[in-house]
Amino acid sequence: MKSLHFTNARLIDPEALTDSLGSLTATAGQISAMNGPAPDGAQQINCAGKCLAPGIVDWGVKVGEPGERHRESFRSAGMAAAAGGVTTLIARPDTMPAIDTPELLEFVTRRAAEAAPVRILHMAALTKGRAGLEMTEIGFLRDVGAVAFSDADHVVQDTRVLARAFSYARSLGALVVGHPQDQGLSRGTSATSGKFASLRGLPAAPALAERIGLDRDLGLVELTGVRYHADQITTERALPALVRAKANGLDVTAGVSIHHLTLNEFDVGDYRTFFKLTPPLRSEADRLAVVAAVGEGLIDVICSMHTPQDEESKRLPFEDAAAGAVALETFLPAAMRLFHAGALSLPMLFRAMSLNPARRLGLPQGRLAAGAPADLVLFDPAVPYLLDRAALHSKSKNTPFDGQRMEGRVIATFVAGKQVFGGAQ
Amino acid sequence: MAFRARHLLGIEHLSPEDIRTVLDLAERYVELSRRTIKHSDALAGMTQINMFFESSTRTQSSFELAGKRLGADVMNMSVAQSSVKKGETLIDTALTLNAMHPDLLVVRHPASGAVNLLAEKVNCAVLNAGDGRHEHPTQALLDALTIRRAKGRIQRLTVAICGDIAHSRVARSNLILLGKMENRIRLIGPPTLMPAGVAEFGCEVYDDMAKGLEGADVVIMLRLQKERMDGGFIPSEREYYYRYGLDAEKLANAKPDAIVMHPGPMNRGVEIDGELADDINRSVIQDQVEMGVAVRMACMDLLAQNLRADRGRKATGVMV
Repeated sequence: MKSLHFTNARLIDPEALTDSLGSLTATAGQISAMNGPAPDGAQQINCAGKCLAPGIVDWGVKVGEPGERHRESFRSAGMAAAAGGVTTLIARPDTMPAIDTPELLEFVTRRAAEAAPVRILHMAALTKGRAGLEMTEIGFLRDVGAVAFSDADHVVQDTRVLARAFSYARSLGALVVGHPQDQGLSRGTSATSGKFASLRGLPAAPALAERIGLDRDLGLVELTGVRYHADQITTERALPALVRAKANGLDVTAGVSIHHLTLNEFDVGDYRTFFKLTPPLRSEADRLAVVAAVGEGLIDVICSMHTPQDEESKRLPFEDAAAGAVALETFLPAAMRLFHAGALSLPMLFRAMSLNPARRLGLPQGRLAAGAPADLVLFDPAVPYLLDRAALHSKSKNTPFDGQRMEGRVIATFVAGKQVFGGAQ
Repeated sequence: MAFRARHLLGIEHLSPEDIRTVLDLAERYVELSRRTIKHSDALAGMTQINMFFESSTRTQSSFELAGKRLGADVMNMSVAQSSVKKGETLIDTALTLNAMHPDLLVVRHPASGAVNLLAEKVNCAVLNAGDGRHEHPTQALLDALTIRRAKGRIQRLTVAICGDIAHSRVARSNLILLGKMENRIRLIGPPTLMPAGVAEFGCEVYDDMAKGLEGADVVIMLRLQKERMDGGFIPSEREYYYRYGLDAEKLANAKPDAIVMHPGPMNRGVEIDGELADDINRSVIQDQVEMGVAVRMACMDLLAQNLRADRGRKATGVMV
């Protein structure tokens, strides 16, 4: 394979938190040099001052295999990821059936590798069938490649079951991913309590349901010493619990979806079901607090929480409609909203979208340095356009950004030095 | 003339002018309804379909009667007989009905926002007869008409709304309407039956009924929605009646000429004392039923006028 030499690139380095013009050389699937000379016979790519950053490591993507291929297959998710600058996709186990046995995990691993142009890694369920009753074969699943264990949006309600699973995972050094949400308060709800939900007449859970759920999980982390990641922290009042846990030296990280950073509860408007998410969209005060927490590094990871839903499951009254939104392709453009608003710099964004998730999952990706994999995204942060959901690569088109003005678009995506998206492949 | 709306989905979208227009026209239909020959041709030749996904006797018959008095062909579609039970989606049902060319669709649905969803998919005028916990606009309008006739005005009154506010679409529509008409609104009930964010509503909130009723001109009691309860909102019916049931003693805190209202059906001895409900000097509950028919006639008449104008414009190609 020919070496690639990117010149005149605006290099976004999430490790050094720098944003500077320079060049990058990729050889044999790895970044071989930063700001070095072009090797003989290398393919020159003039970036014309556009941004070159480590490819996004998207932690928590729902792919419909097995069970719901009409919503998303590894092929379509992989194409969407490539088009969105996502070079490593961490798939969720909330499939039908759930990924809860090593055999099933081997099957999806093989399917993903055959079908997708980007790297796909898998999380496995923490409990069998995500039913919250018995732990899965955490050891076997880890041996065949599970990068983390999660029941996705099913919260293990029995604290004793969760404590045992945490304790067992701890002995293997496995990473568990929690969905902090108190089920007693949030069961059957589809909005965040407040004036808006009350006037719309929607069943709602208080924002504090998140902190109550987080506090319980953190208590068990303290008890067992397990490595823990909260998939989405979306409310202001959950943040102090996170601060305290980190200050006490617990091995804890947290994520947030791009939607909770860029949208708020009012976007639901007149019952627009594409804005129905899990957890539901929050108040503007929550949104701002969570954006600030990403800037401070308190929240480590931004993910897309890509959740494909077909038209039929969204064309229902709000309470009955399915939750979730597709986001692989709109992830980076939506993140640019935070950049253009002056809330987060590009290196800060890529720290949360690439570097931190890779580090937490023990992957070599996410860095712009010699020796790191040549997983790269070249993008223009300023190109404006109207988003048309029909043009998305995902099989499902349920994006809340349909028809909205976006700024920023991926020009090309590279995985291991091979171009997987963009012109002149 | 005000009221240009295509649908009546909620009070939220109406202006004070729109509200007055409805009430003024409804006054004329009150007169008509008191005659022996209670008939108008306002909806002659038009088809009205009542689609109730939630059981209702009072509202459905009120709409049916309103349509018939205006000369419409009225059809009641009951959910028990419909394909909704066979798994058809709301939108498919809407499209099927739409193909039958109704002019007015009256819809009640247990999910908030379901009527809005349906209105997006059909060509006729849609009236919301109650959607989940969201809105029940004709109830708020008939309450406004009842208040205006009893008090001579619908501004600068102190109105107490008591009971299960959290689960009540009537409460939402009423507080939006009364707020738009510049009244002082008090919400009275136990905190478990108050909606979240109630402090931001611009109402006064009381959990003590006697204090809340002080100086009130109008007392609107709400039905304790037993069928909506997930369980455990109140300790018992008898404790609820003791603390929040309206009786003569509690009503003595309100103004001497305060009127008592209830959207029905009443739970006598749970939220309201039976004798008080029947006291013709205080209770206007029967008037509300009468005003209900008149207000629904007015709403359907106005929507039909807009529908005709809209179709006329389309037919002649005049752009507005």
